[in-house]
Amino acid sequence: MPTKIEKDAVTGKETTGHEWDGIKELNTPLPKWWLYILYATIAWSAVWAVLYPSFPGLSGHWRGTTGWTQRSAIVQQMQAVEAERAPMLERIRAAALDEIRRDPDLLQYAMAGGRVAFADNCAACHGAGGEGRPGGFPNLADDSWIWGGTLEDIHVTIRHGIRNTQDPEARMSLMPAYGQILSRQEIDDVAEHVLSLTGRSTDAASAARGATIYTEQCVACHGERGEGVRAQGGPALNDAIWLYGGAKREIAAQIANPRMGVMPPWQGRLDEATIRMLTVYVHTLGGGE
Amino acid sequence: MAQSIAATAGARPAPGYVEDVIRAFIVATVFWGVVGFLMGTTIAFQLAYPILNLDLEWTTFGRLRPVHTSAVIFAFGGNALLGTSLHVVQRTCRARLFGGAEAGWFLFWGYQTFIVLAALSYVMGYSQSKEYAEPEWFIDLFLTFVWVVYLVVFVGTIMKREEPHIYVANWFYLAFIVTIAMLHIGNNLTLPIAWGASKSYQLSSGVQDAMIQWWYGHNAVGFFLTAGFLGMMYYFIPKQAERPVYSYRLSIVHFWSLIFLYIWAGPHHLHYTALPDWAQTLGMIFSVMLWMPSWGGMINGIMTLSGAWDKLRTDPGLRFSVVAVAFYGMSTFEGPVMSVKAVNALSHYTDWTVGHVHSGAMGWVGFIVFGAMYYLVPVLWKRRGLYSLKLVEWHFWIATLGIVFYITAMWVSGVMQGLMWRAYDELGFLQYSFIETVAAMHPYYVIRALGGVLYLTGALIMVYNLWKTVTHSEPVRQPAPAWRPQAAE
Repeated sequence: MPTKIEKDAVTGKETTGHEWDGIKELNTPLPKWWLYILYATIAWSAVWAVLYPSFPGLSGHWRGTTGWTQRSAIVQQMQAVEAERAPMLERIRAAALDEIRRDPDLLQYAMAGGRVAFADNCAACHGAGGEGRPGGFPNLADDSWIWGGTLEDIHVTIRHGIRNTQDPEARMSLMPAYGQILSRQEIDDVAEHVLSLTGRSTDAASAARGATIYTEQCVACHGERGEGVRAQGGPALNDAIWLYGGAKREIAAQIANPRMGVMPPWQGRLDEATIRMLTVYVHTLGGGE
Repeated sequence: MAQSIAATAGARPAPGYVEDVIRAFIVATVFWGVVGFLMGTTIAFQLAYPILNLDLEWTTFGRLRPVHTSAVIFAFGGNALLGTSLHVVQRTCRARLFGGAEAGWFLFWGYQTFIVLAALSYVMGYSQSKEYAEPEWFIDLFLTFVWVVYLVVFVGTIMKREEPHIYVANWFYLAFIVTIAMLHIGNNLTLPIAWGASKSYQLSSGVQDAMIQWWYGHNAVGFFLTAGFLGMMYYFIPKQAERPVYSYRLSIVHFWSLIFLYIWAGPHHLHYTALPDWAQTLGMIFSVMLWMPSWGGMINGIMTLSGAWDKLRTDPGLRFSVVAVAFYGMSTFEGPVMSVKAVNALSHYTDWTVGHVHSGAMGWVGFIVFGAMYYLVPVLWKRRGLYSLKLVEWHFWIATLGIVFYITAMWVSGVMQGLMWRAYDELGFLQYSFIETVAAMHPYYVIRALGGVLYLTGALIMVYNLWKTVTHSEPVRQPAPAWRPQAAE
């Protein structure tokens, strides 16, 4: 095997004398700056390893001269944040809901805290601005309230939720599936009557037949003129707000086989101060009463 | 400029190299590259416009994402590594492939089978939920077998070499093959839940499992995407530049320091988690020390051009290789920076990480492969040169623009995301909710997807150019090499 060291004409450096498939190598020394930076990173790492928890041993590990641990650092940070918030949160916890709304300091604080809590916990269903979503997630930014829009009503709804199985005090109501009670024609008539509540009926005879059934079956929860009954959680039918759609076909489907939303209880998941801030925040979104 | 084909044909007759298999690997590289880039662009658009999930389980982001990552890393990158390593080891050892064409074809079809099985299993919902190691145990076992054959073929070829020394490219390829075997087995120690069940569970659990996963994941980057492709660089850049490698000493020192340090750096993926503090510190300092060993490869790649800088103007294939090394240098600086805990506290879980990975994947891995393809196709198909250098230029600039779109969008989006997550208002409440950060990222997701479109477009130009090179370029006219049987008179 020919192994001969050559001098590279371009750089003036010598080759190592090896050759593979026409490729040769220069015998250039290590670049100084490269070597010094390598040493510097090693030195920096050594210092760091002394200062902080690093090498493992048979019993425990080197704890570092600073005594720093990730766990104690986060605990300190959380305590600092909690200490900063504590005085105002304590006042909010103690204050009556109406008092929070009327005291400018408390209101400002509750709005800021409520906004964050709403965005993290409520926006997924009710929308970032409380505008609701199609498919049964009510709008909170209008003045139509299914379970009531006073501060106290909203507070109860947030604490206990709606139709959940976790909280025995959850707001409860069940609409029967009229598909098993009424005939197709009767459901069609009721739907026609519901349309007439907003002046959209096109078949007066059908609507009149539906009105009779409505009076027997629906009034208790939805009210005589479809104005809704909050004690029962029966939504109003005489406005343009429809949880599951306001076309006749959609109304008929809802009568035959109703869908009903579920909301979890937030008591226990959020602290009382946060729930109170949320209450005030939701109350101001649109039509708090 | 026509690519030089015969290199420096020495006085010694060359053995009959196995080339059909290499050609097949090149076709597979290009094919899977296009598939991988297309999948990447698709899921980038899905992130910007969720409706493109199509509401079908098989086409959701969650299933297509591993198809994208596996297609670009293991199918595109893997075929490029297998193909070039088998080419390089034969040429630089001056030895025919150990096991001959039969072993080569087994590797080719075995590896393609692995890729297809993996991709189908992801789409159908089979996954062991480990990033970059999604295939279930039966696919893992199959790959292990193929990989061991690969190791035997590669080492066998080195052992029967005619050259006295082993070329640096082969050190890197061998480190890649050995370490990937170790990582693959270590991270896939699982137990099927029943006889014949496709589902399995990891032997270790909790933070130990997370540590093993990122020991694997980080070193998949280190040994698959770095060491393997450095092997590629060490052969193709000197060949394209027709210059000697800058420094033999640097190649030794940076090889061993890279190999030694990389394997410890995995814990930096688990900063501020349940991983013990001491392991996090070690992961960070080993990552910082890794900076210069990584840059050793960059220096050797770029400085090899000294005396041949003018070739950058005339040979756009070489330009791909050199810009690849520049991207390599950039992302191997960015990596150690991101591993520092204070920086990681901002960057972790954000798009910054995604941008970092892609400057490495699109800039380094992609470009070094494109450079190698533009060099190898005329060599292996015995053409005097590429069909069109102009098209290589177009590919270069479109792909570069695509990368710039991609990584700048992800930097801005990632830093913004990290800052929004930690922003407090004057009353001490978090300023933004998670969904607000998602909404803020939307424009950058669109820019990123457009970057993907550009990168894919460039790759399609390459496909056309290589196809035309094979079918329309002028063949090499030279006397048949001595090792070919002479035609009877």
